[in-house]
Amino acid sequence: MTTTLEWQIATVTAIRTETEKVKSFTLSLPRWMPHRAGQHYDVRLTAPDGYRAQRSYSIASEPERAGEIDLTIERVEGGEVSAFMHEVVVTGDRVEVRGPIGGYFVWETAAGGPLLLVAGGSGVVPLMSMLRHRAAASSTVPARLLYSSRTYDDVIYRDELDRLKARGESFEVFHTLTRAQPPGWTGFARRIDARMLSEVSQVYGAKALTFICGPTPLVESAANGLLELGLRAERIKTERFGPSGT
Amino acid sequence: MEATNADLVLDGNAVAGVLVEVFGDDLTAVRGTCPDCGREAALATCRAYTHAPGIVLRCSVCDGVQLRIARTPRGYRYEARVRMEGRFPASG
Repeated sequence: MTTTLEWQIATVTAIRTETEKVKSFTLSLPRWMPHRAGQHYDVRLTAPDGYRAQRSYSIASEPERAGEIDLTIERVEGGEVSAFMHEVVVTGDRVEVRGPIGGYFVWETAAGGPLLLVAGGSGVVPLMSMLRHRAAASSTVPARLLYSSRTYDDVIYRDELDRLKARGESFEVFHTLTRAQPPGWTGFARRIDARMLSEVSQVYGAKALTFICGPTPLVESAANGLLELGLRAERIKTERFGPSGT
Repeated sequence: MEATNADLVLDGNAVAGVLVEVFGDDLTAVRGTCPDCGREAALATCRAYTHAPGIVLRCSVCDGVQLRIARTPRGYRYEARVRMEGRFPASG
């Protein structure tokens, strides 16, 4: 078995600005191995004096893409690693990574569905890997994404989600904008609540296989809301992360 | 704005890499039972406090300490209170 624990030096081959605070980094890996959608990589920085900082970032890309991965990273106020990635790293730079890691918050087409994905802010990243995997594998598992962002401009992968939706194939995306909405906005305009969860998940009933990722308050309220709607706890998987908020 | 401890809480998913370092395997999908309240769930669902010198995993229901890990100059030290059931893959 190949160990995923060893650190390797990845080369940054592309950087894409997703939103004001979010960038995607394509990393070319000398020892690439296919990941499971939802897994992450650890990124480690070492200062000249030996000081080290390490953070864990979800993989955004699909496992079908060989040799490289995308990490989508939100710039966190005061964050050592995210600030470095956003402000210092340029194409051609090398960063130390290890992965893929994580055996819990993962989805493969064989796991089936219907798939109910709930995201807050950059919590959409591992869910995007699942959706890209679903598309790359031509899976017809029904999928719905409920995605909470602060404003329209904070929506990560907005165009790609629209394209995936336009392809049909039983994928639907529901946006909610919690702080401000553009004129003519027809999506939701409040924090995720029980009524919204019910509206989005009702068509799947209690069968939905659910993945929730976002800041802790969103994850807890969404998970509790879905439990109250009758979804089974063992079909709800959660991943929470730190400073962010929607 | 200063982040409070509650803002910085992660979950077990975030420490999967350290668990591999300490235990030689990714334990995040392994189910554990909280010694305090009896909740049984995957370690990935524990709250993880990682912004301190060590890592503390706490039960997401009762906040009881499940696992503490500290890195020392002589390697990791850990204390596990959580009762884990699971199967480690055979070596090789």
